[in-house]
Amino acid sequence: MRETWNRLSEKQYFRPLIIFIIILLFNGIVSKGEFFTLSIVDGHLYGRIIDIVRNGSKLMILAGGMTMILATGGTDISVGSIMAISGAIACSIVNGNIFPSFNGNVAAAIILAILAGTVSGIWNGFLVAKIKIQPIVATMILMVAGRGIAQLITRGKIVTITSETYYFINGGYICGLPFPLFIVLFLVGFLVLFTGRTAFGLFLESVGCNPTASKYVGIKVDRMLLAIYTLSGAFAAVAGLIESAGIKGADCNNAGLGIEMDAILAVAIGGTNLMGGRFSIPASVIGALIVQSITTTVLALGVPAAYIRVLKALLIIIICLSQSKQFKDLVIKRKMINRKVVGS
Amino acid sequence: MKKRFLSVLLCASMAAVSLAGCSSGASSSTATTAAPQTTAAQAETTAKAEETTAKASETAGEKLVVGFAQIGQESGWRDAETLSIQTYASENGDKVELLFADAQQKQENQIKAIKNFIEQGVDVIGLAPVVETGWDQVFAEAKEAGIPIILLDRRADVGEDLYATFIGSDFIEEGKMAAKEMAKLIGENGKIVELEGTVGASAATDRKTGFDDEIKASYPGIEIVASQTGDFTRAQGKEVMESFLKSNKDIKGVYAHNDDMALGAIEAIKEAGLKPGEDIKIVSIDGVRGIFEAMAAGEANCTVECNPLLGPLLFETAAKLKAGQSVDKWVKSVDGVFTADMAAKVLPDRKY
Repeated sequence: MRETWNRLSEKQYFRPLIIFIIILLFNGIVSKGEFFTLSIVDGHLYGRIIDIVRNGSKLMILAGGMTMILATGGTDISVGSIMAISGAIACSIVNGNIFPSFNGNVAAAIILAILAGTVSGIWNGFLVAKIKIQPIVATMILMVAGRGIAQLITRGKIVTITSETYYFINGGYICGLPFPLFIVLFLVGFLVLFTGRTAFGLFLESVGCNPTASKYVGIKVDRMLLAIYTLSGAFAAVAGLIESAGIKGADCNNAGLGIEMDAILAVAIGGTNLMGGRFSIPASVIGALIVQSITTTVLALGVPAAYIRVLKALLIIIICLSQSKQFKDLVIKRKMINRKVVGS
Repeated sequence: MKKRFLSVLLCASMAAVSLAGCSSGASSSTATTAAPQTTAAQAETTAKAEETTAKASETAGEKLVVGFAQIGQESGWRDAETLSIQTYASENGDKVELLFADAQQKQENQIKAIKNFIEQGVDVIGLAPVVETGWDQVFAEAKEAGIPIILLDRRADVGEDLYATFIGSDFIEEGKMAAKEMAKLIGENGKIVELEGTVGASAATDRKTGFDDEIKASYPGIEIVASQTGDFTRAQGKEVMESFLKSNKDIKGVYAHNDDMALGAIEAIKEAGLKPGEDIKIVSIDGVRGIFEAMAAGEANCTVECNPLLGPLLFETAAKLKAGQSVDKWVKSVDGVFTADMAAKVLPDRKY
């Protein structure tokens, strides 16, 4: 028993998990249990926990892709724009605005949207791996241009759709659980297996620690970078589908606005070093849940609109402090000194 | 072979991105085409300036040149407003010229656009301020250059001497109208929730003030149990409403500061197994097409139309200003109330 506990507490996702549970417990106490109530409405589960999972699904998917990129010391700030492109393409096809020959076929819309995300990812990867532009600059190109592309596709309007089939991507339920949860499980499961069961994960860490040495060892650094940026683009496209399905429309200006920072934050809260190296995808996914639960907490507390950002910032500072080794050492040292003073 | 294919694909995407990048970076397509003409006019002006000390605005030709700094594409309503302005300008191409700038929701972009307009020596600057504060400096620059500023549909928190006039709806009045409709719908008592717009935007502040004051003053039976910002977007409107539905039982009505948030709220209400429009009444402001469709489907109840077709009014006022006529500090546009039973009838004629 004790051994399992020790082994568990050594995992990278252990601390984020504890923080997540603390946030949930805090909410549970403040709301006198209301936070945890789950009821069955129209044959599916309904409650705040379900909201966190469904609204956090986009972030969890993005955080998964982002973790690998950050592990190599790179970053991808174009994911929000790729979400907008993907939503714009999917909604325009379902609506019949573009490719009318598909007759609003949802499957075709999904495939083309993900393809667009993949192409965007290849573009990012190409700039980073082959042209050697610094990742933050390389992905900034698409971050800025991406929304423009999305607006060209929708002709600058919010495309509204009525397809219930498309809505299923966000609002659907399987066995009473929201469909986005299954998408997350599938994609994140794939990533965890891929990085955990193959040498790929090890290579990623090695590239993050020392790309030059990795190259001399024989790791094809270029190809790996291309692969992970492509994957991140494809994942962002899936997140874009979830977002646009949820509001039954493509809102190019606001879809995924600023979400790249949330994704990076989620990975950071998960304890992955942003300079590259050691990483954990489950930890980032829990980080994403923490970021989402902060939003949900703020809404549940009913904080006046003007204070929301400040409160969020405070919560994030507390979380980061709790993660910081230096801070902990400092606190412990203080205590020791105090004790000594008292002792003498 | 594979590699060649990949490189072709990349080249194609690169070209696409750079093309799209161009048109989005300067998403003011009219501005780019119009700019050379203006610079030509300016050159002419500087040539003439040797003889006369006439202002650029007077010699820029017979045409009325208006620079308009739009917020961006935040909602269907704003798209309609943009379209109205652009349509009027292209239909009256012989009389007016429009320099259009899309600020993509950023104040710094709007300030840049205004500075450009001043440099280009337009006759009148139109602006829909993205936020209320922080405009004094650039407005003063425009004033120094002798270019009057027209504020469109949103106010800015500056001294009255810094801008010429404000064209737009009375947001407080809209809020009051919405409150009356809400009271009618829920029988003057019960719990309601409010979805606020972007913090700091005058539309949000005034629509809240008008609504809350009217409810407090005339309908003591109605209680606003929760009020949160949904940032004028559908996604946020939905998320906030999801939260409202969980922390408050028996909500009888939702008041949203714009239609898009109401559309998001409708999805959240459905999710909770309730019927939007019946179990929970929905009143919003703006009057975009989406809400009319929802009303026709029985999922929304009422919208206070905030008229976005301000193009003609903008250019008329600008022409008056150029001619040196005096205009009111507030040119009010006409708003109307649409209820669900009218929706099906007016839907085919809706322009936006």
